[in-house]
Amino acid sequence: MSATVTEGMSVVADAGTYLYAVARDVDVLCPEGLRGVAGQAVRTIARSGLVAYVSTVPLDQFGEEPLRRSMEDLDWLGETAHAHHRVVEAVAAAAPVAPVRLVTVYSGEEQVRRLLDERHDDFVEMLSRVAGRQEWGVKAYVEKAQTAAQPAAPQEREASRQESSSPGTDYLRRRQASLRTREETWRQAGARAERIHDVLRSVAVASRRHRAQDPELSGRDDWMVLNGAYLVDEERAEEFARALDELRGQGIELELTGPWAPYSFTVLEEGGAR
Amino acid sequence: MTEQYRPGAVERRPYTSTMPAGREPANLGDILERVLDRGVVIAGDIRVNLLDIELLTIKLRLIIASVDTAREMGIDWWEHDPWLTGKDQTLVEENRRLRDRIAALEEGRPRRRSIEPVEAQVEAVEDRQVRRDERDGYRRDERGG
Repeated sequence: MSATVTEGMSVVADAGTYLYAVARDVDVLCPEGLRGVAGQAVRTIARSGLVAYVSTVPLDQFGEEPLRRSMEDLDWLGETAHAHHRVVEAVAAAAPVAPVRLVTVYSGEEQVRRLLDERHDDFVEMLSRVAGRQEWGVKAYVEKAQTAAQPAAPQEREASRQESSSPGTDYLRRRQASLRTREETWRQAGARAERIHDVLRSVAVASRRHRAQDPELSGRDDWMVLNGAYLVDEERAEEFARALDELRGQGIELELTGPWAPYSFTVLEEGGAR
Repeated sequence: MTEQYRPGAVERRPYTSTMPAGREPANLGDILERVLDRGVVIAGDIRVNLLDIELLTIKLRLIIASVDTAREMGIDWWEHDPWLTGKDQTLVEENRRLRDRIAALEEGRPRRRSIEPVEAQVEAVEDRQVRRDERDGYRRDERGG
């Protein structure tokens, strides 16, 4: 751990304790030189078999009001998300990990210890569920050309122009046809997505279907018809990739991302002790 | 054998370096989706978390929410929104404009209300509502216990 770390104890008022992840305490040291959000060194808080990965953050950036503003700044948000994710990944390399949601900030270390005490059983259960497993992301896209309104072929256009002298009627007819085509394409793509999901699910121990991403988020024009997450045994990772490869083609593009820390499979129910 | 699939492989390289064939490098969208919308949510003594930062989620959740649902509802503002489509200067400019707009809207409304047309985000709103209820419930539990 770096000597320059600001200890949470000494600065109570203007610093908070940022929590990245909780892992099993398996005698793994905190990765040396690991830096988290705001460039702060990451340290660990161990408690009853669990270990929390935290860093000290200035509340002038990570207090509620400042965050309200900075979270609207996509550059800041991107940087912070990357830093958060980097810590989670580093921890995941060493031990089963439960990633904690972005900008989870405590007043001090004592509260983090209390969390580890109070939710001990939940964390242990969750961590045993993901141990030896990895999350893979699969997105299926339909090329936009297939779903976009198809302009009529030149011959058809010529033919219809002879039949009808009204360009308006032509337009409406073409529009209606293209809408039908588009709807049909959608239905087929949706059915394909279901099948793909079923096949992948059979290789995984758990799966989640997330909402399709907006093209602005996915960075692609094509329509996303599947945004799945699959928790796969490490030994079956190659099998999973092969199964995916066999599903490729036929107008659907499949994108595999990962391995991820098990973000989609460590959702801790709120509500405290059940 | 499975060593090549371990996350540790990522750690040893610059984060955005190229991944083996057949896999895409993690892009910002994928990371945002995960860190903002998944993982452990903790309530209670927590000083700050996303649940308390609802302004941002209005835009972000809309990005993450299915575009089809939104389109079906006739919502396509993001196609013209520099906050989402633009870069650099437009972004900065737009951020400032947005902050002003949000500030203005906040003055006229209760703080936790949505700033976008409510019908457009039935899912997002319900989502927030549920979480808030859960959180409130948890806090009550906290106080009680």
